[in-house]
Amino acid sequence: MTTTLDIRTPEGVVFALPLAGPATRAAAVGIDMVVVMIGAWLVSMLSLLLAVVSPEWAAALPALIFFVVQMFYGMALEWLWRGQTVGKRVMRLRVVDDRGLTLRPSQVVVRNVLRLVDSLPVFYLVGGVSMVFTRHCQRLGDLAAGTVVVRQVPVREPRLEGVLAGQYNSFREHPLIEARLRQRATPELAGLALGALLRRDELEPSARLRVFSRITDHFRSLAVFPSETTAGLTDEQYLRNVVETVFRKRSS
Amino acid sequence: MGGVVILDLDQFIRRERPFWEELERVLAQQAEGGRLPGVEAARRFFYLYERAAADLAKVQTFAAEPELRGYLEGLVGQAYARLHQRSGSGVRWRPLRWLTRVFPATFRRHLGAFWLALGLSMLGAGVGALVLAQDPENKWMLVPAQFGHLQQTPTERVREEEENAGLRVGEIGEAAPAFSTMLMTHNTKVALTALALGFLWGGFTCVLLFYNGVILGFVAYDYIADGQGQFLAAWLLPHGVPELTAIFIGGQAGLVLARAVIGHGTGLPLRQRLRLVRDDLATLAGGLGAMLAYAGLIEAFLSQYHGPHLYRLKIGFGLMELVLLIGFFAVMGRRKPEEPQP
Repeated sequence: MTTTLDIRTPEGVVFALPLAGPATRAAAVGIDMVVVMIGAWLVSMLSLLLAVVSPEWAAALPALIFFVVQMFYGMALEWLWRGQTVGKRVMRLRVVDDRGLTLRPSQVVVRNVLRLVDSLPVFYLVGGVSMVFTRHCQRLGDLAAGTVVVRQVPVREPRLEGVLAGQYNSFREHPLIEARLRQRATPELAGLALGALLRRDELEPSARLRVFSRITDHFRSLAVFPSETTAGLTDEQYLRNVVETVFRKRSS
Repeated sequence: MGGVVILDLDQFIRRERPFWEELERVLAQQAEGGRLPGVEAARRFFYLYERAAADLAKVQTFAAEPELRGYLEGLVGQAYARLHQRSGSGVRWRPLRWLTRVFPATFRRHLGAFWLALGLSMLGAGVGALVLAQDPENKWMLVPAQFGHLQQTPTERVREEEENAGLRVGEIGEAAPAFSTMLMTHNTKVALTALALGFLWGGFTCVLLFYNGVILGFVAYDYIADGQGQFLAAWLLPHGVPELTAIFIGGQAGLVLARAVIGHGTGLPLRQRLRLVRDDLATLAGGLGAMLAYAGLIEAFLSQYHGPHLYRLKIGFGLMELVLLIGFFAVMGRRKPEEPQP
């Protein structure tokens, strides 16, 4: 089971959609079940008004309403909300075509009809087993419909100003060593350093110290700056200088 | 390690940000149902997509900054889905055309699977009748709990129903609407489950069709052997014609799905085989749903009325439905010779 669905466009660009795991999907199903029960109960209450005309039909209708709501809830919402139900919205999930294209009505119908098999024998056991053993965490309905469920990660434009701007970089006094550092730092390594700086506030203080120490040690081995330049710099400050050096080209 | 170039990320973002924001705005408008106002807008959209895709490629190659990469992947992914949405997905769905043309044409395309579903059910019906003919005591063991009223002898039930003849539907008995509802939901579940079980190579679909046939044969034999064939026909035909046909169509769809899963002799991968039958499965599922909704109405407002004076009328109505249904599936949705292929 992989964690992303990689899609290659005809232009040759690859983008990845983060796949939802069984636990989040189970939580979304749980929420949807509660919504269906509440919705069916509310409509059933309204159907009691029918008791004035026919008490027998008023008594029989709740079962029918529950069935109809249960059958069409997923289909209707996934079509109207482009791959989302209430549960999926809460859990920030979305059903998408497995080639990254727009969902078609037939896909919505097929994946929801196949719930009848996925939910067998109890608690979506068949669907759960299928999710564990398929590459893109798909239940049988997803396989038949050609869909996957992806996580909707809130997308924020990166703000580099806070990391790079307004800081004096003592490495600038050594352009040759800076050039060597740029040459030796791979994009992956540079990205790791930048990511650590952008997310530094999300780390526990002790973990933050350890992470910066390990990354900085690695950069220290790539290019050695004179000790008077690095004296007094914490690991975090050192890494900030590295990132500034690597990502920002300057006019000579 | 030498020669690796790292993007000037700050400058890159500053230069490209206006284009990304413009693409975001266009996508947001489209997500709210807006359409591109003309060819120029569509060209601009395509340009923005290509530019964002190129930026993503640069970021992936020269700067593995995960946040920027994630942002561009999201942007390119949305734009890609919009640009490459398949032909027809923007066409308005016309229910009448779908019901009168697409559904019967799809049904005919998989006629072999329908005959197989019908054959399995009839085989089950034969076995059910045979089991009851062998030993009438089997009835008490084999009738499912939800068909509790079948535990009466047919003659007892007919006498009871005829005594109540002429009453309003609300007076037929408290259980009648509940029983109709139960049958309708049960049959819908059977039909859709027969479809869904097709994914498990069709074995369970065959078992379900056979078992459903056994119950049908069982009930039919019980009534006919007890001399109540006319009551049975009047009771079952009006709603049974669309209802049973819908169950057979569910089985048909299940067998179509099973054939796609097994894929013997096609040489195509599973994903492609499933893609080829997906629209047909959805059409058959929708069609059987429409038929079951119709059957439910007939069951609620016609089938629950009994009485000797209604038997001929109800049998005539059921036979008329059968003829119309056969005509519907045989004739509707056929293309005229001059009509082009869709």
